[in-house]
Amino acid sequence: MVSVEDFGEYETEWCPGCGNFMILKAIKRALAELGKEPHEVLLTSGIGQSSKLPHYLKCNVFNGLHGRSLPPAIGAKVANHELTVLAVTGDGDCYGEGGNHFVHNIRRNPDITLIVHDNQIYGLTKGQASPTSELGMKTKIQNHGVFNTPLNPLSLAISLDCSFVSRGFAGDVDHLTELIKKAIQHKGFSLVDVLQPCVSFNKLNTFKWYSERVYRMEEKDHSPKDRVKAFEKSLEWGEKIPLGVFYVNEKPTFEDHLDVLSSGPLVKNKADPEKVDELLDSFI
Amino acid sequence: MNTDLVIKVGGAAGQGLQTIGVVLAKTFKKSGFNVFTTQFYLSRVRGGHNTYQVRISNEPIRAMTEKVDILIALDEASINEHLNEISDGVVIVDTDVIKIEQMNDSFFHVPMLKIAKDVCGNKIYSNSVAIGAALGLMCFNFEYLERVLTATFQKKGDEIIANNIKAARAGYDHAKNNFPSACKFAVKEPLGKDGRMLIAGNDAVALGALAAGVQFLAAYPMTPSTGVMTYISAKADDFNVVVEQAEDEIAALNMVLGASYAGVRTMTTTSGGGFCLMAEALGLAGITETPAVIFLSQRPGPATGLPTMTEQGDLQFVLTAAQGEFPRCILTPGTPDDCFYLTAKAFNIAEKFQIPVFVMSDQYLADSLFTCEKFDTSKIEIDRHLLSDDELKDKKEYNRYELTPTGISPRAIPGQAGFTVVVDSDEHNETGHLDQTIDNRILMNEKRMKKLKLLEKEMEAPKLYGYKKADITLIGWGSTYGPLLEVVDILTSEGHAVDHLHFTHVYPLPVDAIKDMLADAGKLVCVENNATGQFARLFECETGLRIDENILRSDGKPYTPEHIIRALEQKKVI
Repeated sequence: MVSVEDFGEYETEWCPGCGNFMILKAIKRALAELGKEPHEVLLTSGIGQSSKLPHYLKCNVFNGLHGRSLPPAIGAKVANHELTVLAVTGDGDCYGEGGNHFVHNIRRNPDITLIVHDNQIYGLTKGQASPTSELGMKTKIQNHGVFNTPLNPLSLAISLDCSFVSRGFAGDVDHLTELIKKAIQHKGFSLVDVLQPCVSFNKLNTFKWYSERVYRMEEKDHSPKDRVKAFEKSLEWGEKIPLGVFYVNEKPTFEDHLDVLSSGPLVKNKADPEKVDELLDSFI
Repeated sequence: MNTDLVIKVGGAAGQGLQTIGVVLAKTFKKSGFNVFTTQFYLSRVRGGHNTYQVRISNEPIRAMTEKVDILIALDEASINEHLNEISDGVVIVDTDVIKIEQMNDSFFHVPMLKIAKDVCGNKIYSNSVAIGAALGLMCFNFEYLERVLTATFQKKGDEIIANNIKAARAGYDHAKNNFPSACKFAVKEPLGKDGRMLIAGNDAVALGALAAGVQFLAAYPMTPSTGVMTYISAKADDFNVVVEQAEDEIAALNMVLGASYAGVRTMTTTSGGGFCLMAEALGLAGITETPAVIFLSQRPGPATGLPTMTEQGDLQFVLTAAQGEFPRCILTPGTPDDCFYLTAKAFNIAEKFQIPVFVMSDQYLADSLFTCEKFDTSKIEIDRHLLSDDELKDKKEYNRYELTPTGISPRAIPGQAGFTVVVDSDEHNETGHLDQTIDNRILMNEKRMKKLKLLEKEMEAPKLYGYKKADITLIGWGSTYGPLLEVVDILTSEGHAVDHLHFTHVYPLPVDAIKDMLADAGKLVCVENNATGQFARLFECETGLRIDENILRSDGKPYTPEHIIRALEQKKVI
């Protein structure tokens, strides 16, 4: 049996009251409830307050470059597909700096879980607009308010036929835990966009602001199998903000296409230099 | 009698120059000749003016010369641009297609289209007529060509093989019977000693990687590096390799590092522009001490530059790419043998020292065909330097960056029972978790940089070729090896005391060995395919020795022996 305690307790660099604490709690609970041992789990991350999360629980960690939480995750998953791989990132890291990897890994569909701490602001650099900041939000850089159209990660993911698209809220740990469990269990690329208040820099999208708007979608209200309905649902934002699984499309994963993985993880293979002899003959 | 003969094929992209060139090269090699080919092409799929040049000799050759004996002109530009390269040679041309204003003895009309139509009923066989005609002028044993054509068109079926042979035979007979000075270009075939390979640098790099057991390659296609990715991809299923075309070069190297961290042998392939995008991830490999092999095939920059031409212009960039300081290794093959053995070695160095290792080539080495002995795979060793499960079991705790006297920490991989592996792009302590304290920074920086000193001990001394106690030492790195060898041979035969020092282990330089070798050296002349003498600067900085003269070329073309000798004369070195 794996327990939450197996993932340890670490001192963090986060602001008191930050939504990140709740996300960390939900990830630990999800992993423990799924019976994953720390050495079986790999967390990759980029740069930002969110990307420090892997340092705060016991697991394998690849804390890489800004915007690049996904590429090492894919590389590691190919090398050893028995690992449970989660990429932990933020709205700036994933949707801004790393946007290309977000788009193309949805297409690639590796069996990894992407958790995006979406606080609609840059925290680590102290309060600039992110790709998901609301129109009109004023910051020290966006003096006249944000006028770039906010990126809707769920709509974007559904438009790319992402295998699993969901949204959670850091203020609802029970729901978020279940969502992360589903995402990990889903075979394919799973997006969990997590609404997360930034207590220091986002004075607009506060804990209160989110709490007044979010609601859990019930299965009777929304079938995640219908892509068009899922897209429509993903556009709902403002007075009411839906939480839950928006879209699920079971399809072969990236690893499923790689025949060389069918006999076991790549990392277990041994090479034989003399096997190249047969190729050399074709140059004679 | 020594044979040294050059055939050049000129035409537009899409006219099949490469097929003609490769068939000729294989035919000559089959008969026992040494063969060397180069390609000059523009960055377009159709049109333009390209050439494919084949040189044969019974002596070893590793460079192209400037004099052309037989020019097969498939377009007008071939005549306009290359007629002056022919002194005592001949131009094979179909004057039904290309009008020649002033016919003279330099031209030999071969009605390629007409012969193809008459003999095979289809003009597509006209290239085979041209091949046959060239061999007819040489009164070459037709049987070798027949064998090569059969092998080349194997997959296309018997009818196509037969038609190609028929067309070639008709071209051969036409030339033999109608050329005024018959058999002027006759060559004596060396006694058949096949068993050697005819291979390009890119293929040799790919084979070296496969022999070393590469397991994951992520890359974005970029000329002139793409051939390596393509070759490995074609063999991937048989060799248990995963090849992934990344969305960009940033993803490519970051994917490679993730896979390497998880325990497989990895590489990426690129050219200078793509490597620019990898610079940040290079630093990530540095601070996380993650092994990676980076194959970088150079082309002239900056930016898009001359995509299909050659240059050695990226050395200083590769030496210092990425912010901060960390150890790296640069290997620069000069021949297909080097490409094969050094690529395999690169994987061992990367894993032993847990650093990024570059194999730097260029378009000239990538695309040229060389004859060489079959590579000896029994010489390839695979040293992974990974902690086994048993070794790990004895440990109370595992710290990825454990401080050791050498600076090299024992490397475990994620998934090994009971332990976790933590790596971080931030400065970190022994555990891998971020640590911004000054004391820790000093320890970790020293740990990483210590490995560079250790690595220097594994760098091979440069290869010396030629005269003992030379007055002039020609220094080169990478692909200038072939032309410089020929320069030494030519100048030695003319009575000069000259030798060549060829560097394949460029960084870190084996300084002590170099100083020993050059203790009584005469004039040092550094020959490079770039505008600023990038290796000369590195050499001077690291060894404290002075380079007396720089010979430089950065017009997109590779060196010929003649070009180097002219430059030496201009600089009054000889």
